[in-house]
Amino acid sequence: MDDEGNGNLGNPILDRSRLIELHEKMLTIRVFEERVFELYGQNLVPGTIHLYAGEEAVAVGVCSHLLDDDYIVSTHRGHGHCIAKGARLDRTMAEILGRKDGYCQGKGGSMHIADFSKGMLGATAVVGAGIPIATGAGLSIKLRGTKQVAACFFGDGASNQGTFHEGINLAAIWRLPVLFICENNLYAMGTRQSQAMIVPDIAERARAYGIPGILVKGNDVLEVFKAAKEAVERARGGNGPTLVECKTYRRMGHSRMDPAAYRPRAEVDEWLRNDPIRRSKDELLRMGISDAELAKIEARVSDAVNTAAEFALNSPFPDSKEAFEGVYGQEGT
Amino acid sequence: MKEITYRDALREALVEEMQRDETVFILGEDVGRYWGGAFKVTKGLAEEFGDERVRDTPISESAIVGAAVGAAITGMRPIVEIMFGDLTTLAMDQIVNQAAKIHYMFGGQASVPLVIRTPFGGGVNIAAHHSQSLEAWFMHVPGLLVAAPSTPYDAKGLLKTAIRNNNPVFFCEHKLLYPFKGSIPEEDYTIPFGSARVVREGEDITIVATMFMVHEALSAADTLKKEGLSAEVLDPRTLVPLDKEALVASVKKTGRAVIVSEGCKTAGVTAEIAAVIAEEAIDYLDAPLVRVAEPDTPIPFSPPLEKAVIPNKDTIIKAVRNIA
Ligand SMILES: Cc1ncc(C[n+]2csc(CCOP(=O)(O)OP(=O)(O)O)c2C)c(N)n1
Ligand SMILES: [Mg+2]
Repeated sequence: MDDEGNGNLGNPILDRSRLIELHEKMLTIRVFEERVFELYGQNLVPGTIHLYAGEEAVAVGVCSHLLDDDYIVSTHRGHGHCIAKGARLDRTMAEILGRKDGYCQGKGGSMHIADFSKGMLGATAVVGAGIPIATGAGLSIKLRGTKQVAACFFGDGASNQGTFHEGINLAAIWRLPVLFICENNLYAMGTRQSQAMIVPDIAERARAYGIPGILVKGNDVLEVFKAAKEAVERARGGNGPTLVECKTYRRMGHSRMDPAAYRPRAEVDEWLRNDPIRRSKDELLRMGISDAELAKIEARVSDAVNTAAEFALNSPFPDSKEAFEGVYGQEGT
Repeated sequence: MKEITYRDALREALVEEMQRDETVFILGEDVGRYWGGAFKVTKGLAEEFGDERVRDTPISESAIVGAAVGAAITGMRPIVEIMFGDLTTLAMDQIVNQAAKIHYMFGGQASVPLVIRTPFGGGVNIAAHHSQSLEAWFMHVPGLLVAAPSTPYDAKGLLKTAIRNNNPVFFCEHKLLYPFKGSIPEEDYTIPFGSARVVREGEDITIVATMFMVHEALSAADTLKKEGLSAEVLDPRTLVPLDKEALVASVKKTGRAVIVSEGCKTAGVTAEIAAVIAEEAIDYLDAPLVRVAEPDTPIPFSPPLEKAVIPNKDTIIKAVRNIA
């Protein structure tokens, strides 16, 4: 029983209504990704896809602290980042399907969604390339003297690129308002993290740059929320960047065609049990949420994703002449 | 002779050269036992040769090529796989300033027996970071050799030559060609660099084409044949060295040339080949040279957009009709 005597148990990090918001966002990403997977199976998604399913707590836990004018930089596994930052589901889906109403009019696709109106500075498919770009967004914030922050998502694999070293060091020496969010899903394609680096925790590397490094359970949205809060406060307060490592796991293969046979069964089972959405749901149940309330959330999410998919499927393909347009922007300022 | 895919032909070359020479080894991202290369070219090699000689690396293109350069100048013969051609950009310093220049700059004290294999090309809707054809960039760097096979036969023969060569070889592959089948001899063979192949003989026009475009050019030639136009299709096979004699010989015969390659038109592969023909065979030309290449745009994602920028049989036929 909580103070109001209505069966709610409190949580020291988040109140119930806020946790419901986060839970709903994570569920939205999950259901969205399941729909993308389904559409891919129906040959409606060109190219390849890298699904975010399983890692939802990271994007949602971080982006829940960000305002519309804060920035994020994303990766090939970026659908969840877009949704967490507030991009519309329909235009995101349309981009993934290569349609005219997609955020990039079909020029970008799954690996390259951007929504500058929400501070989503785009997804790069070149692993590690986003890290210095986030540093640059942080530099711009500092030069313009605003209170914005920039968050950069990248994988365990990306943290072995030179850009990780160069980008974080630069942000550190200039004390830039940047959050370096490492989504450590333990694998880069088929390469285990332990094959690619000696240190068990990427957060440890923060010490080499003289910045704080925080290690969190990335499938626990409350933990991610708490760590991101600290990092955002540090950044907004002018006290420089933070490296946050979130240990997580992808529910599926690296890309659509990957059966992920390189992952031991027991490991997969353990991580699937440790699902972020299941955890937030359990926490909500502990706090006393009713089944009817949960069902309402699920129905809302399902409606939203259905509407988005319908919008995307009804959007036309771009006209082929558009391929030749937009290589350069307007000249002059 | 036997039927084999381009992918398997490349793998055979790797296997045979690794058996032949212990200093040959492979390094790259996910080339080892867990994945076997993003396009499965190195599948089974770690099992056969061990993890020491088929080395998985972290995602560190600059260090991968740099380490290969270091190994190459100290007695080894590394073969690097870069997962996508677009990502060779991350290793540009090591390729352009280090590997390519060491022999010359150090007065011939060291050679760099290094092969960098990587796939180029569009056609699979994976957008601007995974679809480029950057062969021309590497043609612009003295010290590098550049191979660009279009068939399983050429893939195997040229890769063997590349591995045995003491110079750094930039070895271009094409994503769409990996499953492509062709016949190769059972016995060991190599193909010398700088020798083009007349893929199809013809009288009225020369179509010079590279990599996947060779196949588009062949289907264009089939269609043109039905209209009574006989097109010769010439595949340079290596871009550095370029077989100028073969180019000139063909143009002398036909008096007309269309040059086809993926990659942007400006300062691209077609520009260099056109310049060679203009310099060495202009007196034999009965019509202006025509180039078919990608327009100067990034490769877009959406299928109708991507289709609009990559040359194909139809754009080749249209170009031919312009001058013949
Ligand atoms: C520079 C670069 N090298 C290689 C690749 C091919 N590639 C795409 S995703 C990937 C694995 C990335 O691993 P990680 O950073 O851990 O992200 P995850 O896919 O696990 O989310 C690789 C090697 C690439 N896109 N860019
Ligand atoms: Mg990873």
